[in-house]
Amino acid sequence: MNGIYFDNNATTRVDPAVVETMLPYFTEQFGNPSSMHSFGNKVGLAIKKARMQVQELLGAEYDSEIIFTSCGTESDSTAILSALKAQPERREIITTTVEHPAVLTLCTYLEKEGYKVHLLQVDGKGRLDMDEYRARLSDQTAVVSVMWANNETGTFFPVVEMAELANAAGAMFHTDAVQAAGKVPLNLKDTKIDMLSVSGHKLHAPKGIGVLYLKRGTRFRPMLRGGHQERGRRAGTENSASIVGLGHAAEMAMAAMTFENTEVARLRDKLEAGILAKVPRSFVTGDPDNRLPNTSNIAFEFIEGEAILLLLNKFGIAASSGSACTSGSLEPSHVMRAMGIPYTAAHGTVRFSLSRYSTEFEVNRVIQVVPEIIAQLRRLSPYWEGDGPAAEPEKAFAPVYA
Amino acid sequence: MWDYSDKVKDHFFQPRNAGVLADANGVGDVGSISCGDALRLMLKVEPESDIILDAQFQTFGCGSAIASSSALTEMIRGLTLEEALKVSNQDIADYLDGLPPEKMHCSVMGREALQAAVANYRGEVWSDDHEEGALVCKCFAIDAVLIEDTIRSNHLCSVQDVTNYTKAGGGCSSCHEGIEDILARVMKDRGETYKPGSAPKEEASPAGLTNLQRIRRIEAVLEAVRPQLKRDGGDIELVDVDGKTIYVNMTGACAGCQMEALTLQGIQQKLMEELKEFIKIVPTKVSSLTRAMKG
Ligand SMILES: Cc1ncc(COP(=O)(O)O)c(C=O)c1O
Repeated sequence: MNGIYFDNNATTRVDPAVVETMLPYFTEQFGNPSSMHSFGNKVGLAIKKARMQVQELLGAEYDSEIIFTSCGTESDSTAILSALKAQPERREIITTTVEHPAVLTLCTYLEKEGYKVHLLQVDGKGRLDMDEYRARLSDQTAVVSVMWANNETGTFFPVVEMAELANAAGAMFHTDAVQAAGKVPLNLKDTKIDMLSVSGHKLHAPKGIGVLYLKRGTRFRPMLRGGHQERGRRAGTENSASIVGLGHAAEMAMAAMTFENTEVARLRDKLEAGILAKVPRSFVTGDPDNRLPNTSNIAFEFIEGEAILLLLNKFGIAASSGSACTSGSLEPSHVMRAMGIPYTAAHGTVRFSLSRYSTEFEVNRVIQVVPEIIAQLRRLSPYWEGDGPAAEPEKAFAPVYA
Repeated sequence: MWDYSDKVKDHFFQPRNAGVLADANGVGDVGSISCGDALRLMLKVEPESDIILDAQFQTFGCGSAIASSSALTEMIRGLTLEEALKVSNQDIADYLDGLPPEKMHCSVMGREALQAAVANYRGEVWSDDHEEGALVCKCFAIDAVLIEDTIRSNHLCSVQDVTNYTKAGGGCSSCHEGIEDILARVMKDRGETYKPGSAPKEEASPAGLTNLQRIRRIEAVLEAVRPQLKRDGGDIELVDVDGKTIYVNMTGACAGCQMEALTLQGIQQKLMEELKEFIKIVPTKVSSLTRAMKG
């Protein structure tokens, strides 16, 4: 596959060096780290090293605060369910309207189980109202779960400050840092964040490995009980090869942190400016001044995202969209709707997410291809007339049944 | 990535008849901007003959919406309005060699645009009566609104009921939690509590038909497809009706040919629309006579 891969927020390619470090753990080093013989011993040491590499990436105080899980979703579920189990007298959850389904779907389910869920709204740029947050916090709040960076727009939430406020209210604070870990520096030891989720496949480690950071002293109730793995906090024989891979990927991400926040950010900015300059009626969604260095989410008005992706794919360019059609749902992305982006633009949002492997050449190529694709689809659009939208587009085309 | 057929891809990448039709005398605008699919169909109809001389479209929508629009214009050009109105959404999907279940609504939209454009040509006002809900059953492309309406109007109280009336849940069964949620909600509205183990309702024919009426309808559907099968050198006969299973015998060029499964699927669909219930069509190699003799 020699395409242009600008969909790194969906998943990343495993770095060849990461694959290299993993391979022995499928063959010679196949032992069970719990075993008493030498087949297991080396594996145990490798896992210990990986735990320290992840500790380093997260800026955690102790390596025992790192619990390996099977994915970001498991970490999110474990954190929220643990907080509820550990504080049965507190019956409320605070989260946001723009969380990943890994958090939102669980919260919807918990609501049916009788918990009260407060969904914090966002403004047009995807920002929270801190006064609303303060007003929702109470002695009933069991847990606050707020993502570090949004997967669709890259927009950051002020989680460090929010964790302080939660702590002051006696509530636990969890953050889904699946998109932030490896892309921006984290320093958990200086925060009041109790729990944090990471997913390996977003930082060039394999799929199916994740981390739950659990601050020492935070009361915890495991989701999976069984053996004593992960100090009894997550039973199940360790996915040793993937853990080793994630450790190495964490170390590589640490080494590339400056590059990610200078060079990758520069390429992203160039891509965005190049497209906006050439495509009329397009705009950036989210908060461009406060977001991940690799992410750009652009709304192209009056056309639909899946059609854009299919045409991009024909040119070997991979991106993703917030349109309803790409997910087979009835509504465009809940993140776009929460920001009040109108339907005629929300369906036409395209997320470009770069990585440290993205090149200037690729950026130039995408800038060259996108405007023609957009023009081509607009020629088919009933909202479009010649070189611009029809006068009063919503009146020019008002289909029956909405 | 959707599993689009080559035909869908072809009609998306090279849409036929796209753009404004300047001298259109029938225009239909349908779709839903919240769902992200909407279509304007423009027809040029010859008043003397009611023949569609030209058809063009503009579409705001995904790959399959654009492909369905393009296919529709190809299918109806040259037809009379009466003929064109017989084009069903399944016909559009078949023309494209099938659509993923999540995308069947694109073909429905095509058919509705056609109805709206014809109504517009005739100076009538077309109104849509269907509301679309979130897809629940992926095997049979059944949405939440249809399930909810069916539960409400037929007083259903079990997943099996819902499957019998709508097909939803009759395949892989992954959507049973979703169906149970809808059941619980609707039953609460009518003051009952949903109980997972409760027995399905009497298996009455949803369309309220007697056995004889039901068999007559089945025969009528089969009768209607026979001319086409005969043209291809084949034939079909009704062997037996056993509850929800309809046994047929395919003969001549149809038997065992690659098209058999496809044809049967189409007939099954027509039968279900006619009987308003979930039935299964099963080809047998036994003729009705020998089967009757075996008792
Ligand atoms: C913000 C966020 N949280 C959670 C997840 C889920 O992670 P995983 O796929 O490892 O379960 C993702 C990945 O799609 C994500 O972007």
